[in-house]
Amino acid sequence: MIQVIAFYLFSSIVIAAAAMVIFSRNPVHSVLWLIVAFFNAAGLMVLVGAEFIAMLLVIVYVGAVAVLFLFVVMMLDIDFAELRAGFMKNLPLGILLAIVLVCELILGLGAYQAGKVELGTPDGKAAITDQVPNIEAMGQLLYTKYVFLFEAAGLILLVAMIGAIVLTHRKTFSQRRQNIGQQVRRRPEESIRNEQPEVGQGVEI
Amino acid sequence: MTAFFQSLGMSYEWAWFTATIAGILLIALPLMLAVAMVIYVDRKVLGAIMLRRGPNVVGPFGLLQSFADGLKVFLQETIIPSAANRGLFLIAPIITFTVALAAWAVIPFNAGAVLADINVGLLYVLAISSLGVYGVVISGWASNSKYPFFSAMRAAAQMISYEVSIGFILVCVVLWAGTFNLNGIIEGQRGHGFGIVNAYAFNLLLFPMWVLFFISSLAETARAPFDLTEAESELVAGYQTEYSSMSFALFWLGEYANILLMCMLNAILFFGGWLPPFEWEPLYMVPGWIWLFAKTFFFFFLFSWIWATVPRFRYDQLMRLGWKVFLPLSLLFIFLISGYLMLTRWG
Repeated sequence: MIQVIAFYLFSSIVIAAAAMVIFSRNPVHSVLWLIVAFFNAAGLMVLVGAEFIAMLLVIVYVGAVAVLFLFVVMMLDIDFAELRAGFMKNLPLGILLAIVLVCELILGLGAYQAGKVELGTPDGKAAITDQVPNIEAMGQLLYTKYVFLFEAAGLILLVAMIGAIVLTHRKTFSQRRQNIGQQVRRRPEESIRNEQPEVGQGVEI
Repeated sequence: MTAFFQSLGMSYEWAWFTATIAGILLIALPLMLAVAMVIYVDRKVLGAIMLRRGPNVVGPFGLLQSFADGLKVFLQETIIPSAANRGLFLIAPIITFTVALAAWAVIPFNAGAVLADINVGLLYVLAISSLGVYGVVISGWASNSKYPFFSAMRAAAQMISYEVSIGFILVCVVLWAGTFNLNGIIEGQRGHGFGIVNAYAFNLLLFPMWVLFFISSLAETARAPFDLTEAESELVAGYQTEYSSMSFALFWLGEYANILLMCMLNAILFFGGWLPPFEWEPLYMVPGWIWLFAKTFFFFFLFSWIWATVPRFRYDQLMRLGWKVFLPLSLLFIFLISGYLMLTRWG
């Protein structure tokens, strides 16, 4: 009973929040609704017993990605009239994307119902039972059967990170480097000098 | 507790429901009391270090000072700036406060005395504490004012930076304990040092991690010397500038609840939680929660001590410490610890 109530609560909030992401006029509100949607999706994950994925969803998406997203949106000065002007132009593309996504969903559901997806233990035979904790089960799959895909994903992320660094790391003329060790080593004797110059003499630096 | 309510003649579902509600109240209400007393302790310690008396007027030894402050704040008028984003302005303190309370659901106060004994307890704490930044960011943005906005940006960057290293430090502890369950982590510390000392901190590989964790928890809760989000010399009062009355009090309570949580995590992850410090039979005469509270209080004392003695960091120094010192160090220790464990335990 409680599960049913929780499921309908979480899923209706997810859908409502997702709708609000699109319909709210203020982009900051949109991001906040997106966060609500993420958080409730995590609730749904807990309901199906995938508590590890739920926690990761909250830590990674809500705790880090969405914060940066919010950060950027807050700083941007967005012109709403300009944004709305492109709506009709991009509508066909949007509808096309929506159709593709719906097809994929139906395909996925069909594949799942056909029961041919091999999940479970490394040899792909038995399904994971409730006795094994989430994390162990995932680790066993991730580091044995899917180790190549896992490492490939890591490599792709590394390349993306290096790309971002290369794009933003430019030498500018006003760049000044700070050497912490040098600053800490400095002593008053080396950096302060008492001078008593004659009138009209000045000091040499 | 469910069994107790069942014995009163309730069905299992209702007994579970009532037991959960009772458990929440049993944690949240004493927590609020603890926060009030801890604010008093904070001010007393600060006063003692600065050779002042601290609060000493309201009640015996000034013990009721926090309650008097609470009453004062409660009677104030809630002012909402006309340029503020009304809804978000009011939601922000509620988020801070709720999130600060929610993390306490998985904290074990004694063997078995925990509201939600879930497998991913530590991850839950990490997830909930990563939500805390929203209260600050939203309040800074919704105030529609310069200083709160600066403070919100600082807070967002600071919390994310230090959460990364906290995550890696927690991985070290989890590797050693072999579980994410907080009770399991505490049990893993039984007799950890030569069979006598109940603490992960008594371990050459984990002790540096505790030092990093302690400093990171200072930064995560924006306590001095990392209190750049409300640096009064630069930002008035940071993100709380536009707040008054209860909305301000909620920030205050949430902040101190978070500080207490971080102190308690220090005690649980590295100092044996509700286990007595030494594996010696007479020490078990003292109930576990007293040990836990004593350890937590010790860490809180360290927090106030640091507040009174250490000058504030500059913002670039803060970022440098987080990304260039803590992150590589904690990563290095993940390698060291997993290597050591492979050699001794799994090899």
